[in-house]
Amino acid sequence: MERHTHIRLWAGFISLAAALIILILWNINAGSVHLSVKEIIGILFSRTGENAAIVWNIRLPRIISALLLGGALALSGFLLQTFFSNPIAGPFILGISSGAKLVLSLTLIGFLSRGIAVGSFTLILAAFLGASMSMGFVLAISLKAKQMSLLIIGGVMIGYICSAITDFVVTFADDANIVNLHHWSLGSFSGMSWENVGVMTAVVIPALICTFLLSKPISAYQLGEVYARNMGVNIRVFRILLILLSSVLSACVTAFAGPISFVGVAVPHLIRSIFKTAKPLIMVPACFLGGAVFCLFCDLLARTVVSPAELSISSVTAVFGAPVVILVMLRRQKEHV
Amino acid sequence: MAYYISTEHLTVGYDGVPLIENIEIGVRRGEILTLIGPNGSGKSTILKSMIRQLRLLAGTVVIDGRSIAQMTERELSRKLAIVMTERIRAELMSCRDVVATGRYPYTGRLGILSQADWQKVDEAIRMVHAEDYAESPFQRISDGQRQRLLLARAICQEPEVVVLDEPTSFLDIRHKLELLEVLKTMVRSRHMAVVMSLHELDLAQKVSDQVVCVADHRVDRCGTPEEIFQDDYIRTLYGIEQGSYNALFGSLEMRAVPGTPKVFVIGGGGSGIPVYRALQRNGISFAAGILQENDLDWPVAKALASELVTVPAYQLPEGSVIEKAKALIRECGSVIVCTRSFGAVNEANLKLRDYAEAGGLIREADVYIRKEKGADA
Repeated sequence: MERHTHIRLWAGFISLAAALIILILWNINAGSVHLSVKEIIGILFSRTGENAAIVWNIRLPRIISALLLGGALALSGFLLQTFFSNPIAGPFILGISSGAKLVLSLTLIGFLSRGIAVGSFTLILAAFLGASMSMGFVLAISLKAKQMSLLIIGGVMIGYICSAITDFVVTFADDANIVNLHHWSLGSFSGMSWENVGVMTAVVIPALICTFLLSKPISAYQLGEVYARNMGVNIRVFRILLILLSSVLSACVTAFAGPISFVGVAVPHLIRSIFKTAKPLIMVPACFLGGAVFCLFCDLLARTVVSPAELSISSVTAVFGAPVVILVMLRRQKEHV
Repeated sequence: MAYYISTEHLTVGYDGVPLIENIEIGVRRGEILTLIGPNGSGKSTILKSMIRQLRLLAGTVVIDGRSIAQMTERELSRKLAIVMTERIRAELMSCRDVVATGRYPYTGRLGILSQADWQKVDEAIRMVHAEDYAESPFQRISDGQRQRLLLARAICQEPEVVVLDEPTSFLDIRHKLELLEVLKTMVRSRHMAVVMSLHELDLAQKVSDQVVCVADHRVDRCGTPEEIFQDDYIRTLYGIEQGSYNALFGSLEMRAVPGTPKVFVIGGGGSGIPVYRALQRNGISFAAGILQENDLDWPVAKALASELVTVPAYQLPEGSVIEKAKALIRECGSVIVCTRSFGAVNEANLKLRDYAEAGGLIREADVYIRKEKGADA
């Protein structure tokens, strides 16, 4: 039994890592300019070749962003699912991404109309404010409504309200801003710079490490609040940390790539069914890897399916993520009969 | 010996509203303290306050001479383990995983269990005899098995106090007994103090060293089971108006059928009990006799018969008593004879039987007791 689980874990991690490497190479290769593997390796290691600029300035930052932000989204979803002990919680479904989007749009329009450039950290801060705002509403709902579905409906409604206000604000913005905002508010990994990558690394990686270090209290919390407290978890501090981390992660994603749907819900479930465990010590790194793989795959499709045009990343993640949510709900229904 | 865990002027309640005030209870190591009382009386509230899940409104809870308010989470978690009524979510966890969570206070930063920790987990599983399903998913096992594993979880937390909230609810009688048996063994072998609430009075009476009665938002009485379990007291504690409670046997009887008796039952030595109960079920009022007050049938007959002819323990009935019984037999017009053996002590009942036989009054019990099939038709 023990042995069996170990094999499964190793197999899981190795296949995820393999998928990640393949998708990275494929992403470098795919696009309007096709490159051979030999060329790619040449470009990566010597920065030479005629297409080095395309790879180094456009494709690589985009790939790393998709990797980091995908991982962040999945992790944020895992944290929210733990917090609400609700299997279909996620930053998009609960309206947290939309809240971040709203405050971000307001900030962008406010700054740009005065002709001030906006730094990455300002964007993240604005997104974090918005995310916390939505989170506050969702928490208020969760205090009143114990039912799983009510929480989700509440979150979806908050999401709609925030999106409506965002649309309203965008309508009155300058023409020049609209194009940018509209593109961004649909969600996309395009146009990432190395500076962006640096900032998101500085946010996502520490958050990942913090989450990993929280594995122990998370495992206690999975048994329920009463038992967690008896095991010596300081529930107040723990809950605040959980909320902060999931807000920071989803805010960072929204700040750079806009709202991206379903990754946060779907990936933790896929990971749970692959690894057949809910242990946070496994789940945290596996979710991060899984989110990276999922987003790289979806971004690949977004870039290539209707090339040279691009799909919004959310429309691709929804196609693969939404069925997972439906499956999860159906399976739970069956278990509870 | 001093109490290991005790409450001092404790007031408990929700949202700042006191529910029960001035609670003073305590238990020593190696003892079981049981809270009994009607639903909603506040047993769980007291327990939740003692384990620091609810804010205390006044007073203190003291473990090993120190107030729990002053202990760190880790300190308290090494002294106190719980088995609560909340359904635990244990997605994708095996039973062994769930038990292993008990080692939480002893593991390091990442919560990885050492070889020694796993040994303690397996030891706890053996203690509750759960080896057979230790590797099964926790969500697939029965309620009885779950409660045992949660007890194993508490054991491997190596606490000095275990608090259990209605650990035997929802379990069948076999699992109730087994769980309490394990608990009792644990208390003896590990010298732990146990505080729990129970709904089963018969079990509370047998397993507890101290009993606390909670009713109407107050601690009504504390004492040994012998002091607490008296027929009248239990009746008032639970406000039993219909039916009765027998403290010696811990058994409940339904309410006696009112009205004039329709049949006289000659019982004795336990032979009458099934007939009394069957008559009660079928709504037939009956008289019973002649029973000595130390007869096995006596407590049930007392609870269920509308007329009862008795004599004091170890005494033979005088003539007047036999006459009284004969008068009742005439009044009823029919007799059921349950006992088959007659001797010196129940010679009077033999006389009654002969009297009834002479009058042609003897009936089989079946005449009165509706059969299942008959009821269907």
